[in-house]
Amino acid sequence: MKGLRLAGFGLVLAAGVACAAPEDDHLRLVNYFKHKHADVKVADYIYGAFAYDPDAREHYDGVMAFPPYAGALAEGERLWRTPFGNGRTYADCLPDGGRMIAGNYPMFDEARGRVVTFEMALNDCRVANGEAPYTYDDAATLGVLAAYARSLSDGMRMNVRVDGAAALQAYEDGKRTFYRRVGQLNYSCASCHVDGAGNRLGAELLSPVLGQATHWPVFRAGERLETLHDRYSSCFRRARHVPDAAGSTRYNNLEYFHSYLSNGMEMKASVYRK
Amino acid sequence: MVKIRTLSGCTACIAAVTLSAPLLAGEAESGKAIAYDSRRGDCLACHAMPTLPDAGPAGNSGPPLIAMTARFPDKQALRAKLWDATASNPDTMMPPYGKHKVLTADEIDKVLDFIYGL
Ligand code: HEC
Ligand code: HEC
Repeated sequence: MKGLRLAGFGLVLAAGVACAAPEDDHLRLVNYFKHKHADVKVADYIYGAFAYDPDAREHYDGVMAFPPYAGALAEGERLWRTPFGNGRTYADCLPDGGRMIAGNYPMFDEARGRVVTFEMALNDCRVANGEAPYTYDDAATLGVLAAYARSLSDGMRMNVRVDGAAALQAYEDGKRTFYRRVGQLNYSCASCHVDGAGNRLGAELLSPVLGQATHWPVFRAGERLETLHDRYSSCFRRARHVPDAAGSTRYNNLEYFHSYLSNGMEMKASVYRK
Repeated sequence: MVKIRTLSGCTACIAAVTLSAPLLAGEAESGKAIAYDSRRGDCLACHAMPTLPDAGPAGNSGPPLIAMTARFPDKQALRAKLWDATASNPDTMMPPYGKHKVLTADEIDKVLDFIYGL
């Protein structure tokens, strides 16, 4: 009897802790970085590694004044405005005409039991309106479309929510991916973007995980469109780990966890990165 | 007589080839070359080597490799660090070069000799 009561108590406790977990994770990391780099404002981590290097940040500001990738954004805008065969548009399909909403993604879709990224939401619009979905990692279509569509949420603060047991499970799966050491070189994401943040790996300054989800896609060297999932793959390759195809469940769940850690931070799509 | 001489000449020839191949490779693959190679040791990604003028641009995730004999009087402890750094520090970022077969035992010994001179 006593044992039973105890077991019941344990269950209630576990459930209570589980609901608070994402916010605990977030606060713990915010505090970690406040101590690790007391001289850097957490809000400035939206600039990634540039937050640690004032000279590089100045260079960034210079490039951002005249983005060399303006043509790609214009093409994205063209795709955004082009009506589907049935005459409807992305703006008709997404909440609030697609403005100030990108920071709500990834979101957990209870009905489908899975994480929905912003790119998936764009493709869902296509399918709902009788069009074929774009290939997830096609920079020339979904890549530029998402670059423009996300820019309609510039200035929004990331606002990813984890509500309910199934959502929490997806979040936890992403968290495991982030902290698990993988590959021949035995790195985790945290090796480089928590423990190693602010250090140099060879010539490259490592960015912190906070703020990493606020500004996708990025334009590498100002030219090459790189999606967040492309980045996951490059980083897995650095560990000599086999990457997934863009849009895999593992990547979607990782993006869910990873984006939650940027909650409250200001969005800006797209940006220049080295 | 002539036949035998040709035969033995040939054997010597093959022996010379098989002997010289690993030797040449060994020369090209000095401990330093393995340590510097970004696809092999890639030690510079994380460690500066302040006594070597050609060792840049190095990362700073790990401590600078300097005065190794003083800091590791026991060379085997240093080898153990290269073999599996997580054994002495589970949280280390340093790859377990031997345990995960990033380098062979022979390559690790060469890198060990190289850094022991730093
Ligand atoms: C061995 C090192 C290493 C590992 C492991 C690693 N990364 Fe990276 N990552 C880098 C480097 C180097 C860069 C480029 C410099 C920078 O922005 O940090 C980078 C960049 C990024 C960026 C872009 C940041 C920006 O603002 O442009 C993201 C996002 C990212 N990594 C996520 C991850 C995730 C998620 C994982 C695990 C799946 C991971 N990384 C694992 C080294 C690593
Ligand atoms: C991705 C990062 C990384 C790489 C690559 C790396 N190391 Fe390290 N290394 C570290 C870190 C971090 C430490 C400190 C923590 C520890 O003791 O494990 C360390 C510690 C060491 C130490 C102990 C130094 C001391 O003073 O205690 C030696 C020796 C060493 N590394 C040698 C090497 C050699 C040789 C290579 C290449 C074959 C190499 N490392 C590659 C990150 C790295």
